[in-house]
Amino acid sequence: MAERVQGRAVIPPPPAPDQGTSGSAVSRAPRTPERPVIAVKSLWTEFDGHVVHRGIDLEVNAGEILALVGGSGSGKTTLLRQMVGLERPSRGSVEVFGFDLRRAPTAIRAKIRKRWGVLFQEGALYSALPVYDNLALPLRELRAFDEDFIRDLALLKLDMVDIERRHADRMPSELSGGMVKRVALARALVLEPELLFLDEPTAGLDPDRSESFVRLLASLRDRLGLTVVMVTHDLDTLVSLANRVAVLFTGELLTVGTVPEVVGVDHPFIRNFFGGDRGQRALSALGPAALAGN
Amino acid sequence: MADLAPTRIHDPEIDAETGADGTRTVRLVGAWDIRALETRARALGGELARFAARDAWDLTGIERLDHVGALLLWRAWARKRPERLRIAPAQELFFENLAHADSGGRTMLRRSLLDPLAALGRRAIAVGSHLAGIVRLAGQVVLDGAWVITNPSRGPWRELSATLHRAGAQALAITALVGFLIGIVLSYLSAEQLRTFGAGIYVINIVGIGIIRELGPVLAAILVAGRSGSAITAQLGVMRVTEELDALNVMGIPAGVRLILPKVVGLTIAVPLLVVWTSAIALIGAMLAARFELDISFNLFLQTLPVAVPTANLWLGLAKGAVFGALIALTACHFGLRIRPNTESLGAGTTQSVVTAITIVLIVDSLFAVAFSGIGVEIRG
Repeated sequence: MAERVQGRAVIPPPPAPDQGTSGSAVSRAPRTPERPVIAVKSLWTEFDGHVVHRGIDLEVNAGEILALVGGSGSGKTTLLRQMVGLERPSRGSVEVFGFDLRRAPTAIRAKIRKRWGVLFQEGALYSALPVYDNLALPLRELRAFDEDFIRDLALLKLDMVDIERRHADRMPSELSGGMVKRVALARALVLEPELLFLDEPTAGLDPDRSESFVRLLASLRDRLGLTVVMVTHDLDTLVSLANRVAVLFTGELLTVGTVPEVVGVDHPFIRNFFGGDRGQRALSALGPAALAGN
Repeated sequence: MADLAPTRIHDPEIDAETGADGTRTVRLVGAWDIRALETRARALGGELARFAARDAWDLTGIERLDHVGALLLWRAWARKRPERLRIAPAQELFFENLAHADSGGRTMLRRSLLDPLAALGRRAIAVGSHLAGIVRLAGQVVLDGAWVITNPSRGPWRELSATLHRAGAQALAITALVGFLIGIVLSYLSAEQLRTFGAGIYVINIVGIGIIRELGPVLAAILVAGRSGSAITAQLGVMRVTEELDALNVMGIPAGVRLILPKVVGLTIAVPLLVVWTSAIALIGAMLAARFELDISFNLFLQTLPVAVPTANLWLGLAKGAVFGALIALTACHFGLRIRPNTESLGAGTTQSVVTAITIVLIVDSLFAVAFSGIGVEIRG
């Protein structure tokens, strides 16, 4: 399966170290002169007396992949859920495409929702529907295309995530964990989103799969200009995909920047996160040039 | 891009012109993406059908393209690239992806005409497998029971007590209410009939035998099947879906002994007790109705009852209760263990469990009626 992916022209090889993460962000700079896609402004979140976020300011620019990292319980997933309007912050605001989701009129909100795709941590596939219908459902909801067209589109998206045709009839409960993730990604992509939210996209995937997942996401960003916000613990994914990394620690935004910039910050959590053997191995992929800035 | 209304994006349009040499050039402009095509896909699809892959196509004027727009063109081209195609490098991706998707074959599994027949067969097999499953489960419960008898200190006593509380004590109110009402109704209706024959006193025989032998056990069993049977199925179903059962087993805690045995034993004990309770309350209801409808005093009713209803009926009612309890628990556990990890299965499994349990109760009840027809019904006094 991995060979097939490599053989395809669709997915370019991972970027060479010298044009690393910061480089590709610069090359896209002319496309992002306007407002950020997402703007989080002095956001506070409290759950019955327990403070999750204390004043977070964060911007996500068009065409970049922003990774949210932080220890467990640091509110990464909550922040992601607030960005897609599933949870409300106690104070502050989240603006997506220039609109505060809580204040925007319903019609605008409906439009915005069609422009993003969300990959949930456990996939959140509709368990009562077969794989194919999981993808066809949002397309049918548009009431714009006939069934033949929907089938072509759904099967195309399944093909893009390397789900074979014969698996389209399966129920989600009959899929392996990795397949659930890929079908969920296909479903998140089915409405051609400009903005993609990924909650732990590579958790639970084998290394091989995880690598092809990363390559797929990189090609979507580079060739479709997709903006991606992802929560991840996986250093390899982080290093090979993220243009910028936002580190959350005890409810505050510790730092935001490119991977080398973040690694350069002297903080116990960051030393811990990137310092271990795994961290060093992942960082070595960036090459010495990228780390020279430290 | 970050705006909902970005710099004006033009509507998708098709320009066609025929050159001097007779070749037609189709030039596409505007946005050919899902947002623009959402409202126009059908119309544009029809327009594109006028052209073909042999025309020259120029896509360089397209401001925005995505897979939806590309698919629309792909279908107009009969699923292959036209020979004369001008295309921006960034647009190649969509057609590459489409060509790759097609190489996997476009057919999905098709339904066959024999499907209804196959479904019937599958259903018959399913009934057989359910029966076998319940029998196997009953065998497992017996083995687990034997193990607990030899290792009494490791028995599931807390779980048993919890089952008795939940399925027994907490069901007292609802069984009392239903029993009381049914007692009144039965007594009242029989009184009406018997009075016309001047045989009012025999209401005691009718309600006595009817309630103690039939209605008490069946009512209690049906209520327990609805209350506890569904709860057991849902509980085991969720535990199975979340792999809690597997977690118990790998920790060396036998799920059968901890979860299934106490439920079967618990219901086998609780249902006969509920039967006594339901019958007693139903008789009180019957007594009240007889008092007001036929002027049969409480004293007379209570004195006549032991004469009219031989004690064998009470034992029969208790035995039925125990058998019903065990069957309800086994059915509920069986369906719980068959829940598959999806939302529909849990609902369907619980419904199926309750319906099957009630059906089994009624079938077994009629077997009891036939098998014990000669016992406890001789008319005396």
